[in-house]
Amino acid sequence: MDASVQTKTHNLAKGDTLLAVDNVSLSFGGVKAITDVSFDIKKGEIRAIIGPNGAGKTSMLNVINGFYHPQQGRITFKGETRQKMRPYVAASQGIARTFQNVALFKGMTTLDNIMAGRTLKMNTGFFWQLWRHGPAMREEVEHRHIVEEIIDFLEIQAIRKTPVGKLPYGLQKRVELGRALAMEPELLLLDEPMAGMNLEEKEDMSRFIIDVNTQYGTTIALIEHDISVVMDLSDRVVVLEYGRKIADGTPNQVKNDQTVIDAYLGVPH
Amino acid sequence: MEAAQALREDTFPKLLARNARVRGDRPAIRHKDLGIWQTWSWAEVYANVRALAASYHALGLERGDTIAIIGANRPKLYWSMMAAQMLGAIPVPVYADAVADEMAYVLEHAQVKLAAVQDQEQVDKILSISDRLHYLKYIAYDWGRGLRDYDHARLRSIEELIQQGRKSLQDKAVSAALDASMAAGKGADTSVILYTSGTTGRSKGVMLSAERCINAATDSVAFDKLNDRDEVLAYLPLAWVGDHYMNYAQGLVAGYCMSCPESAETVQQDLREIGPTFYFAPPRVFESLLTRVMIRMEDASAPKRKMFHYFIGVAKKYGEKILNGESVPLSGRLMYELGNLLVYAPLKNVLGFSRMRVGYTAGEAIGPELFSFYRSLGLNLKQLYGQTEAFLYVTVQPDGQIRADTVGPLAPNVEVKISPEGEVLFKSPGMFLGYFRDEDRTAETLTPDGFIKTGDAGFFEPQSGHLKIIDRAKDVGKLANGDLFPPKYVENKLKFYPNIKEAVAFGDQRDAVTCFINIDITAVGNWAERNNVVYGSYQELAGHPLVYDMIAAHVNEVNRSLAQEPMMAGAQIKRFLILHKELDADDGELTRTQKVRRGFIAERYQPLIDALYNGSQEADISTEVTFEDGRKGMISARVKIRDCDIVPVSARSKAA
Repeated sequence: MDASVQTKTHNLAKGDTLLAVDNVSLSFGGVKAITDVSFDIKKGEIRAIIGPNGAGKTSMLNVINGFYHPQQGRITFKGETRQKMRPYVAASQGIARTFQNVALFKGMTTLDNIMAGRTLKMNTGFFWQLWRHGPAMREEVEHRHIVEEIIDFLEIQAIRKTPVGKLPYGLQKRVELGRALAMEPELLLLDEPMAGMNLEEKEDMSRFIIDVNTQYGTTIALIEHDISVVMDLSDRVVVLEYGRKIADGTPNQVKNDQTVIDAYLGVPH
Repeated sequence: MEAAQALREDTFPKLLARNARVRGDRPAIRHKDLGIWQTWSWAEVYANVRALAASYHALGLERGDTIAIIGANRPKLYWSMMAAQMLGAIPVPVYADAVADEMAYVLEHAQVKLAAVQDQEQVDKILSISDRLHYLKYIAYDWGRGLRDYDHARLRSIEELIQQGRKSLQDKAVSAALDASMAAGKGADTSVILYTSGTTGRSKGVMLSAERCINAATDSVAFDKLNDRDEVLAYLPLAWVGDHYMNYAQGLVAGYCMSCPESAETVQQDLREIGPTFYFAPPRVFESLLTRVMIRMEDASAPKRKMFHYFIGVAKKYGEKILNGESVPLSGRLMYELGNLLVYAPLKNVLGFSRMRVGYTAGEAIGPELFSFYRSLGLNLKQLYGQTEAFLYVTVQPDGQIRADTVGPLAPNVEVKISPEGEVLFKSPGMFLGYFRDEDRTAETLTPDGFIKTGDAGFFEPQSGHLKIIDRAKDVGKLANGDLFPPKYVENKLKFYPNIKEAVAFGDQRDAVTCFINIDITAVGNWAERNNVVYGSYQELAGHPLVYDMIAAHVNEVNRSLAQEPMMAGAQIKRFLILHKELDADDGELTRTQKVRRGFIAERYQPLIDALYNGSQEADISTEVTFEDGRKGMISARVKIRDCDIVPVSARSKAA
């Protein structure tokens, strides 16, 4: 399994900076979503972004994968600085993501959804694909093999041929993770992977996230509201409030930081 | 000829060698991996098992040692069993879902030196109890996921062990030593130790010898005419005698292929893909399949639904008769054929039963309706009665003598007698050597003349020679006049009516049998709707005179059927009442597995029992109930009591 689903390292060792966000600001008209935020994500770590509602977490993720373009600041991914980027460029560079609201193709099966994650890796032309013959068939077999490994990894064999619209929410989230993994990403962005899950589903998902990190060496940035999950999973945590960074450090440092406590519990004025 | 040859191979590894020689290219085992069925031939399995045996030997596994096998049905775990047996070591399959504490007991009691396990979950479990396991040296795992960062001082991957074993077998001396070790295996040696699930007290390790296992399997292979073209799906727990018998022993004797499902959740799909020719499942599997089919039919379009129900009706009328070879009018046969084309064949295909030649069910009583349903579709479903101590079969139904209410005549070469107390005692070709390290309980289980006590009460039906199992022997009571009173037997007869959900019979040391009945609110509610019976609550429906009439008719029916069995005629129900509330596990009236807690109910409803026996027509009762949110409340009710028709003794003898 390890051999085929492996991220290309591009000479970055574990612990090197994979992605750096420098002084990024983003506003929508008069609304300032993100103000002057800087942080970095190191290769091989699990990085959490937390904060109260409306703190700008999802906006931050959207900036990282090129969906929003920040008015100020720079983003450096694998040593390449950029200011504007299209999501598909981000995807082809090795950034994959899941969404807060599950965004799967509901009428398609689990298998096809995960297969869709391989689109960018497909090389045969439209003509061959149309006939599903010759090189297209060979390629499909290779991709199917990788997809099957992901299915095995996420233990979703039983729903391989089930349309995802029929699946319970927790499983849909898992399929979405599978589709993101199918891109063999270097950086995986997870937007609230555990929202709306019950305890058992959360535990399963946590285990998968850790396994993805250790087994594939994938760097993970995740947004999550369940603080206990964040504290257990992540190596380092960034805390945002009203679009500003208020803390950054290990889970323990962040947990004991007075500004973070104030931001979550509120302070008397 | 095949069977005669099998007798010469008196251990399973020798059978494996024979299969590799005789049918080396035939498939031996399949496993669905990454969505594709991977197949190993007998020759490949033999090579892998030899390699694995060499590695286990290198890890210190010697003749007489034990090795635990823990996990789901996977080729490498089956190979581990064969490899251990090749060395003369004894495999001990353990229930994979056992909690750490139970597992610690079994592993320590069996003194296992090695454990072959499926995955990280089992490795973690064993590591958590490792300070209590004094004999365990190494753990071999099948699936390495998540184990990369573990300390590998005592961990080995089975895949790597096979590779290493292959290399070391290139040395002629190693290879010859392994062959010698296999040849040294004797049929009288313990082949496997199967621990009973331990519902009563600590589990016991049932030791089975190789030749007895093989004798028993050879008998049943001949009985059901199994051969190396058969296919089975191995989905039952490894530690259960059913799996070891049906898949492992019979597979090696007959040389057929077993398929391991992709995961526990995909069994249904895998069943459909493999289409086994030989199938075994406990009644509840058949029950849930039927329910699923019926629910899905309710969602189908009206014409399809109509067609389905019409042809199921046809099958009910003619299906079983055709299967039993009885005479059926030509029009019936034609309709049945049409039904087969339109309904039965597609249905069987969906269920994965298209190629099923022989199917078995055992473990508990199967409802006659359920049994008939599958048989009417043309599935050769049969019942057997057996025990781990017998290496499964005691009685089995041969083709053409299939009935829902008996477990069949004796299996080949089995001897059975009924003790004066009514307990079933047997001697069988596969009978056990004893319990491992438990001579006291071995002695308790054996009679002085070498029969095994089953703990079940039963009797032979005089006309047919079929064995009927009544109940656990310790539950069977006697009426004051000395007639037999088997509570569960009576209750099961009642419960086969869809309107009756639960029944509790009383009568031990009393002068007559009486019983409490719970109606099934879905079935009776449905009936009420169709018959314009108005009701506001369970209690009201349960007390409705028309409902009483209906249940009384069922009870009378049961009495008539009891009267036809001379031994049971005394257990006819004299009076009954319908309880005002459903028996509930939250109130402690049922166990969590929905079994009736007779003693507790008798205590709690003492006033009602008194009323059943003192002849009164009504009784008052108030009981505490626990609601789902944990609050408690009282329910009071006045419950009516009905007398039933007892079929008199004269009619009884006429019926007999």
